[in-house]
Amino acid sequence: MTAAAPEIEVQQDTATPKRKRFQMDDWWGILWVLPSILAVMVFVYGFIIWTARVSVSSWKGLTPDYTYVGAQNFVNLASDRRFHIDVKNTIIFTLVFVIGCLLIGLGLAILLDKGIRAEGFYRSLFLFPMAISFIVTGVVWRWLMNPSTAEDRLSGLNLLFHNLHLDFLINSWYATPTWGIAAVAIGAVWQMSGYTMALYLAGLRAVPETLREAARVDGASEFQIYTRVIMPLLWPVTLAAVIILGHSSLKVFDLIIAMVGKQIALDVPSIYMWTTTFDGFFFGRGAAIGMVLLVSVAVLVIPYLWYSLRQESEG
Amino acid sequence: MMRKTLRLFGLMLAIALVAAACSSSSDDTSTTVASGDGETTETTVASGDGETTETTVASGDADMASQVEVFSWWTGGGEAAGLDAMIVVFDAAYPDIEFVNQAVAGGAGTNARAVLASRLQANDPPDSWQGHAGQELIGTYVAADQIEPLNFLYEQEGWLEVMPDTLIPLISKDGNIYSVPVNIHRSNVLWANPTVLADAGITMPTTLDEFYTALDALQAAGMEAPLAMGEQWTTMHLFETIMLASMGTDAWDGLWDGSTAWDGPEVTQGLDDFAKILTYTNADAAALAWQDAGQLVLDGTAAFNIMGDWQEGFFREVGSEPQTGYTWAAVPGTDGNFQFLSDSFVLAKSAPNRDEAIAWLTVAGSLEGQDAFNPVKGSIPARSDGDRSLYGEYLLSAMDDWASDRVTGSLTHGVVANDSWKSEIDTAIGLFLIDGDVAGFQAALAAAAEASG
Repeated sequence: MTAAAPEIEVQQDTATPKRKRFQMDDWWGILWVLPSILAVMVFVYGFIIWTARVSVSSWKGLTPDYTYVGAQNFVNLASDRRFHIDVKNTIIFTLVFVIGCLLIGLGLAILLDKGIRAEGFYRSLFLFPMAISFIVTGVVWRWLMNPSTAEDRLSGLNLLFHNLHLDFLINSWYATPTWGIAAVAIGAVWQMSGYTMALYLAGLRAVPETLREAARVDGASEFQIYTRVIMPLLWPVTLAAVIILGHSSLKVFDLIIAMVGKQIALDVPSIYMWTTTFDGFFFGRGAAIGMVLLVSVAVLVIPYLWYSLRQESEG
Repeated sequence: MMRKTLRLFGLMLAIALVAAACSSSSDDTSTTVASGDGETTETTVASGDGETTETTVASGDADMASQVEVFSWWTGGGEAAGLDAMIVVFDAAYPDIEFVNQAVAGGAGTNARAVLASRLQANDPPDSWQGHAGQELIGTYVAADQIEPLNFLYEQEGWLEVMPDTLIPLISKDGNIYSVPVNIHRSNVLWANPTVLADAGITMPTTLDEFYTALDALQAAGMEAPLAMGEQWTTMHLFETIMLASMGTDAWDGLWDGSTAWDGPEVTQGLDDFAKILTYTNADAAALAWQDAGQLVLDGTAAFNIMGDWQEGFFREVGSEPQTGYTWAAVPGTDGNFQFLSDSFVLAKSAPNRDEAIAWLTVAGSLEGQDAFNPVKGSIPARSDGDRSLYGEYLLSAMDDWASDRVTGSLTHGVVANDSWKSEIDTAIGLFLIDGDVAGFQAALAAAAEASG
């Protein structure tokens, strides 16, 4: 201990002037980011507060009306049949979307990780759908999943099934009662599973070959290597993927509008929020839906941020 | 190991950031574009106006710089061409006034109305804007005290003599008329494929019972869905015409002024009829636009379609001929009634250029203006003295009916109910399409009337 003490002192001596220079830099840095901090304060946090205020008001119609009504808008939502459908649809959509992306993404990543030829080509190929806007995806899948089942009006996938003599697969896709929203999620899975693959591929590449070899030496089968060694190491990747996919599925709007338009059977909270606010001028109710969405995304994202920040400080 | 973990995290973070950037930009596209447009328009217009007014006042040269800013969602097709034709008439009548066309594209007016709402809230109204005549305008803009009554213009221009008596109450509130209708569309039209009808030995039905008989016969002959329907708003369109047919015009009109009870037996009967009609429609309706539903009739896949008379514009556009390719009649049970909707223009209460706006409205309601606009748009003039040589076979029959029929209002297109009420009815219809529960449907409609009527 005593021997180490002077060394620490020396380190501190050299560190102090350096810190001062860093502080100058810090000020410059703050100055440069100040405009965006201000913009974020106003346009993100300011509007969150304003939306929260509107969500407890009785504002209906074009003229602002900030009469305080407490949690009335939220209570109404709790007994709103349309909102129940929204919640049900969001849950189905999120489950199909997230699980679909994880399974396909992981599968593709494992296959690519086997060192196939032209890996870069396939990697780009699977990743490209992500570069497309959800609107484009929605329009394409709207056509592919044309729900008509009458023989003379088949098109898209149904026609493909018919021509392949797989008629039992013909179905009405997003026009299916109750589960139609799962068909919409298929389009989203197509778009985002390549991205999940990229996440997993990066994770797989970070697993040292020595670990696999050690497992093989210990007599583990290839399957066991994946379930017992690699998957646990990929846990942070899976968590990140679930968070990123999950929060985007809670907010999904453009994909559904492009694919199936506004219809109650395939309604989600963000579409209800838009239509009730701007078509029906129920600003109070729209703001309440917005707050519910905000809270549900926050419930998903904040624990993750907390977790990854803790990881970083520990690392 | 630690460096690897760090690198992994870095990579993931980078990907996450890219994803976040992509997703948020795509998420926000629609709103950003809409509000962006609004803001840009606002600032340019505001400063432009300010400057103009200043120079005008300073130089005292009013004629040179005067302009009128007119807001609409007519940005494409026959609508934009019709507006251009009307602007030509305006320019000829008022060469000193510059016409500033503030049309906002997208969403059948949804985007435009969001932009308009933000401009009105910022106290920066255009001089005149487009709106569906009736409660959609009155419930929204009169309630917010943003438009002026136009009775003086109607009297001055003699419009009361040339427009149907039954129209005026539908576009008025408390005796004040609030907009100038430039065109008239009819919503209660039954379109049919004449070949299919002839093959099945069916004549055009005139009552709901005859309609059911015809639909049953077609179904028995193997046509799965003889009545073509499209996405959800076309279901509301079907709803309003069937309700009118079932209840009769007095009861239908009474729904909107409170003299017919929403939880009464007439509505129950109407909803039962509506539920029955839905059993003849195609299962993939939600995936079809109104044009697709019309195409099913042209193709002979379906025999009938109930849609507004813009369907005729589509039929002509795809090269079909009246009477051979398609035929029409009033929706069974509504003969003698003209369920109308209309695009109209208003006068902003604090219009920056009030005189110029009145000049524009004068042209919009004039014979020349309406005869320039309507043949191009594919609608009939709101005036009954239009030049008959300009219109096709269907439109001529509509003009005859417009002059002689009893006029009643459309729900889907904003005549009888304000936006809030309409959006609640839309939700109720959507829920009914899911669960098929007539009693629950009626309760939801009654609740909507209670809350918004």
